[in-house]
Formats: sequence, C-alpha cells, structure tokens
Amino acid sequence: MSSTTMAMPAATGMRRHASLRRDRRWALITSYVFLIIFAIFFLIPPYYMVVTALKSDAEVAHMATNPWIIANGITLDQFKILFTQTDFLIFFKNTAIVTTCVVVITMVVSVLAAFSLGRMRFWGSSILATGIFLTYLVPDTLLFLPLFQIVKAVGLLNSYWGMVLVYPTLTVPFCTWIMIGYFQSIPKELDEAALIDGAGHMQMLLKIFIPVALPGIIAATIFAFTVSWAAFVYPMAFLYSADQQVLTVGTVTSLIRADVYKWGMLMAGALVAAAPPLVIYAFLMDYYIAGLTAGATKG
Amino acid sequence: MAEVALHQVVKKYGEVEAVRAIDLDIPDNEFVVLVGPSGCGKSTTLRMIAGLEEVTSGNISIGGEVVNDLPPKDRDIAMVFQNYALYPHMTAFENMSFGLKLRKLPKAEIRQRVEQAARILDITELLDRRPKALSGGQRQRVAMGRAIVRNPKVFLFDEPLSNLDAKLRVQMRTEIKRVHQKVKTTTVYVTHDQVEAMTLADRVVVMNHGRIEQIGTPQELYHHPRTRFVAGFIGSPAMNFIPCRLEQNGAGMRARISDAIAFPVPAANEGRYRPVVGKDLVLGLRPEHITEPRHNGRDDGRDFTATLDVVEPMGMETMVFFTIKGTEICGRVEPSSAADAGAPMRLYANIDHMHLIDPASGAVI
Repeated sequence: MSSTTMAMPAATGMRRHASLRRDRRWALITSYVFLIIFAIFFLIPPYYMVVTALKSDAEVAHMATNPWIIANGITLDQFKILFTQTDFLIFFKNTAIVTTCVVVITMVVSVLAAFSLGRMRFWGSSILATGIFLTYLVPDTLLFLPLFQIVKAVGLLNSYWGMVLVYPTLTVPFCTWIMIGYFQSIPKELDEAALIDGAGHMQMLLKIFIPVALPGIIAATIFAFTVSWAAFVYPMAFLYSADQQVLTVGTVTSLIRADVYKWGMLMAGALVAAAPPLVIYAFLMDYYIAGLTAGATKG
Repeated sequence: MAEVALHQVVKKYGEVEAVRAIDLDIPDNEFVVLVGPSGCGKSTTLRMIAGLEEVTSGNISIGGEVVNDLPPKDRDIAMVFQNYALYPHMTAFENMSFGLKLRKLPKAEIRQRVEQAARILDITELLDRRPKALSGGQRQRVAMGRAIVRNPKVFLFDEPLSNLDAKLRVQMRTEIKRVHQKVKTTTVYVTHDQVEAMTLADRVVVMNHGRIEQIGTPQELYHHPRTRFVAGFIGSPAMNFIPCRLEQNGAGMRARISDAIAFPVPAANEGRYRPVVGKDLVLGLRPEHITEPRHNGRDDGRDFTATLDVVEPMGMETMVFFTIKGTEICGRVEPSSAADAGAPMRLYANIDHMHLIDPASGAVI
C-alpha cells in the first residue's frame, strides 16, 4: 500500500519533468527558426557588399553574371583604387577627427550635466532634465535649418570643425538622459559615504560615480560614436568641398557621378566605413546592453 | 574621541517639523542608541549630527565645537549605513582606505590601520575581495572597518543591522558591542528595534513624533518609563495597558479592572497615587509580571482567574492571551502550568511592578 502511494507522486513528477523538457525543446526550435530567418535577412546586405567589393569592375558591369557569387576570382582592386585614387582616406581622417572630438565633448558635457541633474538636487533640476530630453526629440532634418545660420555666423560653414560644433546637439541630450538614469540608480548612501570619507563633489564624480557608472558611460560613448560616425544630414547641408567632407556624404558624392555608380568602390568604401563601429560594438557589446538596461530592475 | 551635544535642535521640511527642539548630551565614550518608530526623527537627528542634513535651528557640537556649518568631512565622524554603502568597484581594502587616501595619509600608515581594523573585525582574509563577493555580514564588517580606520571622534550607525537575517543580526550586535568596548569611541546608534537598543546602549533615547520621550539606561526605561509610549515601546512583548479605576479600600487602595478583579496597590505607591483616587486610569503591567501563582498558596488579592484565548508555547516559557472587559492581555507563564486555550487558568499579577497612566496626558503617575 505504502509503496503504491510513494510511487504515484514520483511518476507524476517524472511526467511533469518530461513535459517541461518537451516544452523547452519546442521553445528552442521556434526561437532558432526565427533567429535564423532574422540573421539571413540582416546578413544579406553585408554579404552583398562584401561580394561586390571583391569583384572587378568588369564583372560588376557584366549583366550576365550572378550578382551573389564571385565568378572571375577575388580582387582587392576596388580597395586599392579607393585608397589611392579617391579622397576616401581624407574623408576617413575627417570623420575620425570629428567623431573623436564629438565623443570627448559629449561625454564631458553629458557626464557633468547628468551628475548635477541626477544627484545634486537643485531648484528646477527635474524640469531641466526633461527639457534636455525633449530637445533630443527635435529631428536633425528640422534642426539643420536654424543651425545653418549659426554655423555660418561662426564661420564654420564648409569646415568639419562645424560638425564638431553641431553633432553634440544630437548626442548630448540622449547621452545626458542615459547618464541621468544611470546616476540616479546608484544609492544615495554611496555619495553620503564618500562625503563623510572626505571627498569633494569632483572627487566623488571621478572616484566613485564614473567607475560605478562605467557601463552607462560606455553605452553613451557608443551612442555618441555611432551618431557622429553615421551622421548624414548635417555634413550634406554644411560641407561641400572634398577636403572637408566626411565618410557618409563624401563616399556617396565622390563615387556616384550623375548616373554612373562605381558599385565596387561604393561597397568597398561602405565596408571600410562600417569597420570601426563594428569593432567597437564587438568589444563593448556587453557593457552597451548593461548600460541601456540599467534601472530596469532595482538593485 | 569627544562628547556630542544637541541643543534645541529643530529640523523642518517645509511646514513639517521632523525634529522638535531636542536637547541631548552624550559624554565621551558613551554608546547612545536613538530608538523609536518609523518617522520619529531618529535618523534625521543622526544625519544632522553627520552633517548630511542641515539644522533648521539650534546647535550641534562635537568635542565642544559647534559644527552646524561644517561639512561632514570636517566633523571627524564616521558613519555605517543600513545598506552598507560600500563602493562596489573597490576591494574591501580600498573601501576601508578610501577616506585615509583622501586625507593623504602615508601609505604605510594606511596599510597598518586597515590591517589593524581588519584584525579587530576578523576580515583579514577578505581584504582583496570586492563587496559583490562578500556576504551581508561580511559587508557590514567592512563598512564598520571603514569607520574604524578613520579613528574618528564619533561613530554614527544608521540601522546597520536591519538588512541582516535574524541570526546574523544577533551575532553582529555582539560584534558591535565588542568593537565599542575595544575602541571606546563615542557612538550614536539608530534603530527601530528596542531589543537592539536595550542590549547595546549605555543610554537609550526614546523618540516619538520628533521629540525625545525619555533618556535613560535600559534598566531605567524598562522599570521606570515616564510615558505610556515609552512603557509600550520598551519590552517585548509590549506592556499590557488595562483600563482601571483607582479605588480607596479602607486604609489602602486598589486598582479595579473589572467587577470581579481588583488588585491591591502596593503601599509604596500610595502616596504618589493619592491625588488620582476615584479616577479612570490605565494600569500598565508587563507580560512577565502576569504569571502562574508563585506564592505557595498565600493569596494576597493578586490572584485572578481568566479564560485563555490563545496559548503560544515558546519553549522556556509560554505566552497566554486572555481578554478582560474587551482588553486583550498577555501573560508569561511556566510551560508546565499553562492551561489549554479555552480553559480557565489561575493567574497572578505581580502588582509591585505596576504603573498607573493618566489616559489624557499619557504620563506615568
């Protein structure tokens, strides 16, 4: 009698276990199917870029060949010509200078702003914080009109230094907003402990808040980097000579002449241009995700 | 080390008065515990001493110097927080040495002080670990270590044991007491747990609604509470408050709590109670003073019978609950003598420990 009663719950338990395993297997299969479809969908454009960039001009122009495969052998000619016979390297250098400056300016301004708005409660601080975020909602396609007047007035029209001035209008509000959230999620006892330990506000920021908020800071840095590296509207509107141009606009304008598209070089240029963000994302992805999801859960 | 003095200290948040003109003198080396329910102003008082809150009016002095306008770092205090407030990116060693580094002490001295504090707290082997890799109790030790290494004039503790489980809390309580006996620094400790207050304190300050209700040694507060609030707050389970009428009984007095039950007032108390004879009052009697009869059959009017509602065996004693005229009363009896719930039990009120409370003012007469 007792053995029967003992065996019953065990059998039920095993059945439940088996059904849980089956459920889990189906969940995994479904997610893999969708992930594979997703991956194919998003990897087709980069694949097409790589294939085209490694073809010769003749093969690209030959309508009879299959665009998805390299039939006549791999060549690096597109890259060679791009680097030696176009202004691509100037665009790359300009973009690198602009992006580095913008990232530095953005981080200095937004970390300081977020620290004061998020931690040093003062009259109007929450309204100011909301206001900063609202400015992020104004699209650059609208902002470039008044900014044109400002950039012209300060004499930075057709100079990439003008981009160093205007890109932070896109990056600072969002980065400040991310950092405010991050700083606010740090318990207030931490700054009180630091105050008692003898730290001033600047020491508190440098020695406690920045190290603790590092994931948030890295997330904000990646955001500023991406926005600045990929900006299109402002350079399109404010830069017109090749020596001042940046990658996004420069590649397109110099490699498309009327209805002549230099597809091979366009793809090679796009690939090289996409490399730095890719490398940065690959190394800092974990921090980026941790930063963006901060505050989602307490503690 | 130094004495701490609060003189007519007030803290207002807008119209709300969180601390109402309190006076408190804490001599050098004393361990003082501020205790009271949530929102009584105890933490605000501690934070004002620390310099984390500004004083609305009044003076706070540490070591004879008024510190109202001094920032926390210049007050030479150290504080231990409820949630430890350890810097998460630093090791235990770095956490403990952070304040010393900011004060630009020589490296050798920093190391020596941290190691000494680590020995006192038995955390030497944890110095290389980050807070994430420490248990709650270990984190609290590191937080205490951070306070000790500074060798401050005053230690401030803000409910430091509230985040720990019951067993660890008892352990750490002993630890804190041991550390105080070793370093002998003036300490102000805030808690809402009266057991913690009683066990740790040289003197306990009971606060309520932003005021100090009573200051005294744990024994004084337990035996001679001045108000109904203190009487009810100190002691666990809480004191019973039973409505009664004080009657003249020949040459003596008695406190009548029901038609059938009236306890004779001890002769020692009669002088004090004479002005309130005939009035409706509240009788305060602790559960430990309501027991099974312990007088070898000599009934001196203190015995009574009650039907038990609930019986809670605790092991070394049993709590019995019964109702008299709508008031629930708790007694503490020998486990072997406890009746079952629903059954009548003969009980004894040790009226020598009675308190009479004026229901209007809440003052103990």
